[in-house]
Amino acid sequence: MKIIACIKQVPDSEAKITASGEQVSWGEAPLVINPFDEYAVEGALQQKEAYGGTVTALCIGPESARDALKHALAMGADDAILISDPALPALDTLGAAHLLASAIQKIGGVDLAIFGRQTLDDGSGVTAAQTARILKWPLLSLAGQIKVENGVCEVSRVVEEGRQQVSATLPAILSVVQSIGEPRYPSFMGIRKASKAEIPVWSLADLGVTAPAAIVTRLRLVTPPTRDVKCEIISGETPEAIAGILVEKILAEKVL
Amino acid sequence: MIDLSLTPEHELTRKTVRDFVQREIAPVIKDHDRRQEPIPFVLDRLAALGILGLAFPVRYGGQGMDYLSLGLACEELEAMDTHLRVILSVHTGLCAMSIFQWGTEDQKQRYLVPLARGEKVGLGAFTEPGMGSDVAAMRTTARREGDGYVLTGEKMWISLASRADLGLVTARTSPPSNKPSKDLSTFIVDLRARGVKRGDIHGKLGVRAGSTGWLSFTDVRVPLEDRLGDEGEGFKITMSAFDHGRYTVAAGAAGLIRACLHTSVHYAQARETFGGRIAERQLIQQKLAQMTQDYEIARLLYYQVGWLLNQGRRATRESSFAKKFATEASFNAANEALQIHGAYGYSDEYDVERYLRNARGALIYEGSSEIQTLIQAGYALGTRTDRPLRCELPAFTEREWQA
Repeated sequence: MKIIACIKQVPDSEAKITASGEQVSWGEAPLVINPFDEYAVEGALQQKEAYGGTVTALCIGPESARDALKHALAMGADDAILISDPALPALDTLGAAHLLASAIQKIGGVDLAIFGRQTLDDGSGVTAAQTARILKWPLLSLAGQIKVENGVCEVSRVVEEGRQQVSATLPAILSVVQSIGEPRYPSFMGIRKASKAEIPVWSLADLGVTAPAAIVTRLRLVTPPTRDVKCEIISGETPEAIAGILVEKILAEKVL
Repeated sequence: MIDLSLTPEHELTRKTVRDFVQREIAPVIKDHDRRQEPIPFVLDRLAALGILGLAFPVRYGGQGMDYLSLGLACEELEAMDTHLRVILSVHTGLCAMSIFQWGTEDQKQRYLVPLARGEKVGLGAFTEPGMGSDVAAMRTTARREGDGYVLTGEKMWISLASRADLGLVTARTSPPSNKPSKDLSTFIVDLRARGVKRGDIHGKLGVRAGSTGWLSFTDVRVPLEDRLGDEGEGFKITMSAFDHGRYTVAAGAAGLIRACLHTSVHYAQARETFGGRIAERQLIQQKLAQMTQDYEIARLLYYQVGWLLNQGRRATRESSFAKKFATEASFNAANEALQIHGAYGYSDEYDVERYLRNARGALIYEGSSEIQTLIQAGYALGTRTDRPLRCELPAFTEREWQA
């Protein structure tokens, strides 16, 4: 099987994100592989182990995004491709989906392209669906378990109401959730291999496409207001007395 | 040319160790520290991840990473809890690295390979109930008998005493003479052999999730082929083991300073006094500034040792600087972190009281601060010089190590 793991590089989850004008800043926090995409790589590697084949990690981003791809390589991906072009504008999800779809077509013969359920930064969670739509491939989203047999992929979707079994013929796009299994740690052999790996960069020209125009534009960014919470400890002789003071305070604040 | 940047290999090593401790150790460490019980899965997980054999050539069962990676792993481990780093200090630093440096090819195959793979756990047993820094005063004896030695004596304050499979044990092979350093020899001892007894010591101030204990040897037979180095070379082997140990302790202490800084910054930005966050108070800022500065110095000092070891150069002097500075700074950082946390810091609701208890021991073990001071004065006065050793720690060479 030819499996693609689509990943993105995002600021570390501990980053303190601030917005100023239209610029988002995450301070000095490191950029890491999107944690949800680690599950995508894990899912891809599980399929490779079960059915054979190769795993290619695919990422759109600047040069620095190589590090995210290296993480995927260190986990065990066979190769990696970076889609990067100085002419690339800030992409919305549809723009990213167009580029990923072009790359998946260029790679050719792909059976499964696996995404994380969402990214930690934009968090829209729709790129997998949009990529499926562009490729006209079926989408099996929120997969917690994956089984492939005779060219058919069956997944157990983790939905609010419970589990849903769905299947589709290959090739297919999948998005996976945490139930797929904890992402494996990179092995040191994997780390060494990843550090030495030559990661090809595909430009817009390589993909034979022009820079996708953004359909969604950001009008304004606002740093979330800081919560100003005051904590007051009410003391009293008896629980009844404390409750009485509490009731008075609640009434005074006009909460009730 | 000076290049202090880390390679992608270093970065990924760091991230892997950090992810491991955050995912698997963070949820359980407080409980195990409180109960003074080792976390049962720790050694198996460190072995499975390759961390126990990180900086040894692949042909000896290692992961083929360089010596700086070992330091980086120690930093990440101790940023979570000191006992994790102690495992690397003892298993890797004292035991496996000494066999790598002094062992015959046969010993490396029989002992280094399983140690590096994590199939066996090793320790270094040098300290005794009646001696610590004064290595030449040790009383455990190894009497030559037939085609081997007979070991008798006691060792104390030995990390992993109750867990390890084999130990590097230094003992007296000649009666005290006027050349005391020639009277000792070092042996690789099977700790499951007849005559070995061992146990844990409880009631330690810190490193409570770690195993520290005692070993007693009663007429334990050690075959000749398990003597490490020549007879009479034990003092030098022990000293070089301490060099490696000190490097790991120094790197770990840098991690402990970082942990103190991290938690203090968080707390200072959240806690309010007198109508403002305490992070805005200059007296708090002073403490934070000192921690950042100390972290940088500690980090650079251990990077220097890692670099020297990679080159195949002796780092006795630099390891001493790194160890003394970082351990003392980590104790101060933990003390100040506790102060920043106020009464909360004094309770085990927060991690800083554990940091303080854990930091204290490192001013004593692997050569106390006082011993480090004497070593450094010796270099300054020219009374101490590094004479070439019969066996030096091999340099890191990427091609050979990763083949």
